[in-house]
Amino acid sequence: MTDLLLRAIFTDNLALAYFLGMCTFLAISRRLETAFGLGLAMIVVETVTVPVNNLLFAGMLGPGALAWLGLGEVDLSFLVLIASIGVIAATVQILEMVLDRYFPRLYRSLGIYLPLITVNCAILGASLFMVERHYAFYESAIYGFGSGVGWALAICALAALRERVDESRVPKALRGLGLAFILTGFMSMGFAVFGGLKFG
Amino acid sequence: MNDRTRTLIDPIFVANPVTLQVLGICSALAVTTSLATSLVMSAALIFVLTLASSIISLIRNHIPRSIRLIVQITIIASLVIVVDQVLQAYLFAMSKLLSVFVGLIVTNCIVLGRAEGFAMHNPPGASLLDAIGNGLGYALILVVIGTVRELLGAGTLMGVTVLPTTAQGGWFTPWGLMALPPSAFFLLGLLVWAVRAIRPEQAEPLAEQFDGEAPR
Amino acid sequence: MASANPLSWWRGFLALPNDAPAKTLGVALLVALVCSLVVSITAVALKPLKDANRLAESAAHITGIAEIMGGGLPDTRFVDLATGAYVDRDPGTRTDLPRERDLAGLNRREDVATVFELRDGGKLKLVVLPVRGTGYQSTLKGYLALKADLNTVAALIFYEHEETPGIGSRIEDSAWQGLWPGKQVADAEGVIRIELVKGAGAGVHQVDGISGATRTSTGITKLMRFWLGPDGYGPYLERLRTEAGR
Repeated sequence: MTDLLLRAIFTDNLALAYFLGMCTFLAISRRLETAFGLGLAMIVVETVTVPVNNLLFAGMLGPGALAWLGLGEVDLSFLVLIASIGVIAATVQILEMVLDRYFPRLYRSLGIYLPLITVNCAILGASLFMVERHYAFYESAIYGFGSGVGWALAICALAALRERVDESRVPKALRGLGLAFILTGFMSMGFAVFGGLKFG
Repeated sequence: MNDRTRTLIDPIFVANPVTLQVLGICSALAVTTSLATSLVMSAALIFVLTLASSIISLIRNHIPRSIRLIVQITIIASLVIVVDQVLQAYLFAMSKLLSVFVGLIVTNCIVLGRAEGFAMHNPPGASLLDAIGNGLGYALILVVIGTVRELLGAGTLMGVTVLPTTAQGGWFTPWGLMALPPSAFFLLGLLVWAVRAIRPEQAEPLAEQFDGEAPR
Repeated sequence: MASANPLSWWRGFLALPNDAPAKTLGVALLVALVCSLVVSITAVALKPLKDANRLAESAAHITGIAEIMGGGLPDTRFVDLATGAYVDRDPGTRTDLPRERDLAGLNRREDVATVFELRDGGKLKLVVLPVRGTGYQSTLKGYLALKADLNTVAALIFYEHEETPGIGSRIEDSAWQGLWPGKQVADAEGVIRIELVKGAGAGVHQVDGISGATRTSTGITKLMRFWLGPDGYGPYLERLRTEAGR
């Protein structure tokens, strides 16, 4: 269990090993404060959606899942994509309402990027990986939480780096996006080192 | 150059979705380990993008605001499922290499970005051209990175040996890094650097404009 | 008159302001309906092709191995791993593996496995077992072919992995694969002894590890031990031995 968690955060890091959620990753990583807020939102959405999608897959969409309805021969797994998006959209909508009500400052600073979590490949990607790797329910919960934490960790690290870099003299054409890519590349190499650790 | 041609050509070089608009990065990095996967991914994206933009543009006047986003996503997701099924049926080996990334076209920012940003407000003809243009712009980046990564990482192109590797008795020692994720980041960073050096108007403004404070 | 009504009704619907509840609901339902039709029709129409592809893929590997053994097409059988008995179909269910028994790092193991038996007039000549396990940075998937004595390796082929190119990926080299035929998985008492060692292997139970790919090599040893053991094909192989003894 712990090694699934540690793998999800470090070795299988959704941003640095699988490049998921890059668009938001690069756009929001200029300020540490906003990155942290987005990271938290991602953790919440991931921890909720991955297990829920797991239940959906196990109870309705997977091969033989509809046996409890007497339809054991039916395989609706091709609907996983759209069902997962539905769950994610609903979760983000609810999160938006909660943030607007209880954390208005965070809600405002995240702006357009909060609803964009719905189409963040990292969220959908985690659910798709969960299906592909046949995780059980408790594994999905751990994996969802871990992958959210990993992504949040990566974006906060990059934001911290970029805040410092913004104060340096960088060649004009490399400024911003170009340098962000190269920095992320180094971070990715760094995280790959975790693959050499034996967990438990 | 008339309007129509501009819509088609601009996204390829001037307003490239990946290097300028910063869209569709995820897959641009993940599937570029070889030229073949880059090509199939590009084809899949162009297919979804053109159909999605055209369909959404056709019904744009009747989509209620409140369900706008989810209607777009539903149409895009359906197209992606179709592409995924077709790949599994006709190009099985390729579909396994691309694994979840074909499914992730649903969340590819380019598709949703063009649907929301262009197709919702423009007639089908223009939307089609815009979609093809952006698709080609994306394909260009993927092909460039895919070519470099496969050539330097394995000495092959489309599986055909171009640089004989030492394992095959040749002279070329493959760059192991090219097969790993960080190389894609580095290559893309260098590519963006090159594009913005050639076209300085695409470079970002200095942070100093904000008096030493980090930009808000 | 009957044909004019649906058309004018449709026009009326389209003419509604977009934010009217009736229109919102109508558009939502319509989009859902059309999309689900398109998706379902595609999925159902292409299902035979997809299934054929999956079968062809495993068949290609199996035929390759069978060819090594001198021809003949193997039979596909479903085996319940817990009891080792033949069953009719694969329900797709999986069981969790407790940490201490999960040698290959699988977490969960399917309850029913697909095996391939090559029989000559009812007598078993070759059995091909799909095996998989965690390597260095990816899951190694392959086939272990055992000869009629269920102890001597006919071949071990890995067809899927994402190990480091040039290092762990050398499990695909024919030179390394050529080290396996003739090796024995268990000793006279039936204890599983097959393993990969650093440097050159000595004796029938040791195979040369791949230099620089220690973790890949250890992964292979572990998955062999798992799949040949009580949590893998152990019960099934026992049944085959009893049957052959009769």
